[in-house]
Formats: sequence, C-alpha cells, structure tokens
Amino acid sequence: MFQIRIHGRGGQGVVTAAEMLSIAAFLEGRFAQAFPSFGSERTGAPVVAYCRIDDKDIRLREPILEPDALIIQDPTLLHQVDVFSGLHADGYVLINTSRSFAELGIAELAARYHVQRLCTVPATELAVKHLGRPVPNMPLLGAFAAISGVFSLASVLKAIEQRFKGTLAQGNIAAATAAYEAARRSSEAVHA
Amino acid sequence: MLKQIEGSHAVAEAVALCRPEVICAYPISPQTHIVEALGEMVKSGALAPCEFVNVESEFAAMSVAIGASAAGARSYTATASQGLLFMVEAVYNAAGLGLPIVMTVANRAIGAPINIWNDHSDSMSQRDCGWIQLFAETNQEAIDLHIQAFRLAEELSVPAMVCMDGFILTHAYERLELPSQEQVDRYLPPFEPRQVLDPAQPVTIGAMVGPEAFTEVRYLAHAKQLQALDLVPALARDFKSVFGRDSGGLVRPYRMEDADIAVIALGSVLGTIKDTVDEMREDGVKIGALGITTFRPFPLKEVRDALARVRLYVVVEKSLAIGIGGIVATDVRMALAGRLHLRGYTVIAGLGGRAITKASLRRALSAAIAGRLERLHFLDLNREIVDQVLAHEKEVRRSGPIAEAVLRNVGVVGAKIL
Repeated sequence: MFQIRIHGRGGQGVVTAAEMLSIAAFLEGRFAQAFPSFGSERTGAPVVAYCRIDDKDIRLREPILEPDALIIQDPTLLHQVDVFSGLHADGYVLINTSRSFAELGIAELAARYHVQRLCTVPATELAVKHLGRPVPNMPLLGAFAAISGVFSLASVLKAIEQRFKGTLAQGNIAAATAAYEAARRSSEAVHA
Repeated sequence: MLKQIEGSHAVAEAVALCRPEVICAYPISPQTHIVEALGEMVKSGALAPCEFVNVESEFAAMSVAIGASAAGARSYTATASQGLLFMVEAVYNAAGLGLPIVMTVANRAIGAPINIWNDHSDSMSQRDCGWIQLFAETNQEAIDLHIQAFRLAEELSVPAMVCMDGFILTHAYERLELPSQEQVDRYLPPFEPRQVLDPAQPVTIGAMVGPEAFTEVRYLAHAKQLQALDLVPALARDFKSVFGRDSGGLVRPYRMEDADIAVIALGSVLGTIKDTVDEMREDGVKIGALGITTFRPFPLKEVRDALARVRLYVVVEKSLAIGIGGIVATDVRMALAGRLHLRGYTVIAGLGGRAITKASLRRALSAAIAGRLERLHFLDLNREIVDQVLAHEKEVRRSGPIAEAVLRNVGVVGAKIL
C-alpha cells in the first residue's frame, strides 16, 4: 500500500487533490481511497487530506499516520503544523514553493530523507500562469507523477479532463504538464 | 459499472435507480452531498418522474415524507445528528403508521458540545422507534443497502434507516460498482402500498387508538420487525443472485470459525478492525470479528450463534449510553444471556470523530485478553485532562463550562496530525 498525505490551507483544493490522486490511480486499474480530515472548511485554515493506493481492496479507515509521501501545498505550514510526522525514511516530499529546502529553513530536516525524493515546484506560479488562478493542486499532481512514478502524467491529465470542463480543464492540463516537466528537470539535476 | 466516486454521490445514484417519486430534505452535514446530487438529477430531468421538495426543517422533511408515502409515493429523505433529533416526533409517527419511507442517516455526533464529526449517537437515539436500522460497513454496502431497504420497507410496510458513517464513508472517494437500472428494476418491483389515501376507497391512516387496542398495534409493529429477521437474509440472497455480490444480511462474521475472541462492531470501523484481526492472527491470537449489519431488528439468535465458541468478546461502539455505558453492548449481552463464564468488554470509541486506529484497537484488545481492561473502557481517553477538570471542580465553585476547560487543557489543535 502506498499512502499520501496532503497538507494545505482551506481554499487551495487540498481535498480535490486527494480525490484526483485516487482517480488517477483508479484509471490505472488500482484500488484507491481518498478522504479529507474533516471539519476545517474555513478558508486559510490548515487542511489535511489523504489518499491510499493499493492493488487490493482497502479496508483501513484510520488517518494516514505513516505516509510514504507528503505533498505540501503551502510552505507556511512547515513551521506551524508537524507535517513531517510519521514520514517513512524513504518517503517522498513535494513542496509548492519557488525556494529551496535550505531557504525554507528545513535543510536539516530534509537531510534525513533521500535527496532524489525531495522536490520543490512553484505550483502556485504555474497555476497563475496557465490557469489564471492561484490554485496549486493540479500542477502538484503533475509534479508528483514525475517524482514518484506512482501513476503516469497521462492518468493525471485524464482525471483532470473527467473532473473539469473547457478552459478550466485546459489550464489545469497545461499547468500540470509544466509542473511535471519542472519536477523532471529538478530530479535530473539531482541525479547529474 | 466501476467508478471512482464519493460515497454520497454513489448513494444518490443508487437512490435514483430505485425510482423514488418524492424526495424531501433539509441540508445538514455530512448528509448534504446526497440530497444535493439528487436535487440536481431531478432538476435536470435525469430522475423523473420525481418531485424534489425543499422544506424548511427536518421536521417538515419527515412530515412531507409521511404525506407522500401515505399517498402512495415511494419516498426518500436523508439527515444526520441534530437534524434527526429535530424530526423525532415525525420519525416515530412514520413507524407507528407503518409507512415504508427510506432515510439515509449520515451518522454524526449530537451536541452539546456542537460537533459535526462522526459517531453513532444520532441513529442510536432512534433505535427503539420502530424503524429498521441497517448499518453500512463500506460505501459499496451503503449503495446496496439502500436498494435492499426500499424492498424490505415496502414488503413489510415499515420505514427503514440506512446508517452510514458521516465523512468517513460519505466523503470518501473509492472504487465502487454501481448497479444498472435494469438490475435494480429486476430486484425492486414498483411500490405497491399496503395502505394508501385514495378517495375511491377511503381509509383513516392515523386513527386514534385507546387502551383497548394500543398494545395490539404496538405488538404488530414488533411482529413486523421479527418478520424482518427472516426477510433480511432472504433479500440479501436475492440481491446476490441479481447483483452477484454479498451485501446486507443480519450479521457478518470474519475469521470466526476457530476464534476464541470476538470483536463486535457496526459500520465502517469494521474495516480497521479486520486489518487489526489479521495482524493479531499473524501473531497467533485466535481472534475474529462480527459485524452487525441489521441493528433493528436485533438478530439475537445470529449473534448468539456466531459467538457460540468464544470465551471473550469486546464490543467496540461509537455511542455511549451516559450513566450506564454501551448501547450495542447491552443488546449483545441480551443475546448471550445465560453464558455466565463469558468475559465481555465494552470499548467506547470514535466519539465525535476521534480517529480509531489499529494501534489503539490492538492495545485495548491485548489488554482485554490479558485481563487488564476495565469492563467499560474509553479508547484513547485522556485521563490526565479529565482528572484536571475534576480536581478543578472540587476546588472552585464557579468552575466554568466543561467544554471550554477541556479545550484549554488540550492546547492548540491543528498542529498535530492526530
């Protein structure tokens, strides 16, 4: 089972991101369970959503306490919420920011994990550029496909097409693709 | 058709396939997505003929459902928590009149303190009102139970409540098999009421009944529930023949064949319990689980039979009868009357949305097996905070509101994951 925890703030599409992760996995024939940490429906409040992916039926209903991957939609949460809680030593971390881990003040923390599994992507900027709105969730899914390989970019784009229509779909597809490429470039730079 | 879909939307689609003719509802979390989706289907014409009635309260919702059902329409509503409490007078009337309304209860705690999260307090408050109560373990079962509920309710002329865990199921996206219209039509015949308001054949629905006949009318309501004990398994078998999967029924044993120890529960927590059972089995503990799908009528015989070989049982329940303890546990004990050497424990868990984790379950179950658990145990209760509040009350006359005191002691929420 692969478990992903998404941290963000109300209004950033955190719950939708988890749902879309589950749809991308479903489109690849897998079992997936997405659910929010319920209640915080206030704009700006810390929000957590979860997604489990497996090759068999998922029965477990507890929150994800030991994630294999973290997606952090808002870097201001890093010093407010214990976002790294329970993350596996070989886990993935994807942060929405144009800054580096050192600039975010978490270089020491990041050093505990595999450098090639850590990634930052300016998802909000990409969303503004391609979508005209500062909603970073779909670009982050594109970047997550690039760093984790849990599902393909094609499945993310297909999930977006199912969920959104017209210019909203086009903008999110462009932003997700751009984020995918940015994440690929940064991971190639690490490997080089 | 396989779909990756939210539980609420899946239930809405399943209800629509049952061809309801009147849907009336008042929004309340976590039920809202269900009736919203149904409202959209009626508005778009995808669900027709059907009238969607926006009402001004839950009391009105159940009252409209009563009127519609008495006029011969297949009627549906959904609610939760305070919404269910607000409609209680009409809920009893629907049962007393024998009107086969189907209602989803998206289980949520009851205030005060106000809390929108999941537990079973709402449905449990209505366990004795005469409605059939079915509890879904998964979203797949939630879909399937709605389809079975219409047939069961209409066959007996008794209303049926399908209970599904609020948020945990209603807001979860999962892979579900959605039935076809053809399958549902094959399983669920058109509504043929046992009583109907018809000017051509006038009847009184809701006659006043005095002491000369009230006991008989009440006994007949009980007799219908006893009939349901036979009908529920029959309908589940029939469901399997049409839809090809096991769903519904009275109880659902899991790895109970050679179990010495049984965990008994209702609803979605059974998933986490089954995973816990598997892990404990790997360590050589002969443990199994018993899911109670039909809580009203309560399947006394099936529970007794399923637990015939165990020496210890633990009821894990998301409700609390304040002043005594467990609600489900009391009924289970009734089923086990006479088995004096059986050790039984009640674990109150998940109140107001507190997460029930495998680790916590395992700790409690291991303590029960070792004989170290209190007979009534509150899972993950923060005893330190409780003691602080109690100590403060002893010292200070104007000790203030309890909820505020507990919150102050808990500290900042939101910073921790659990």
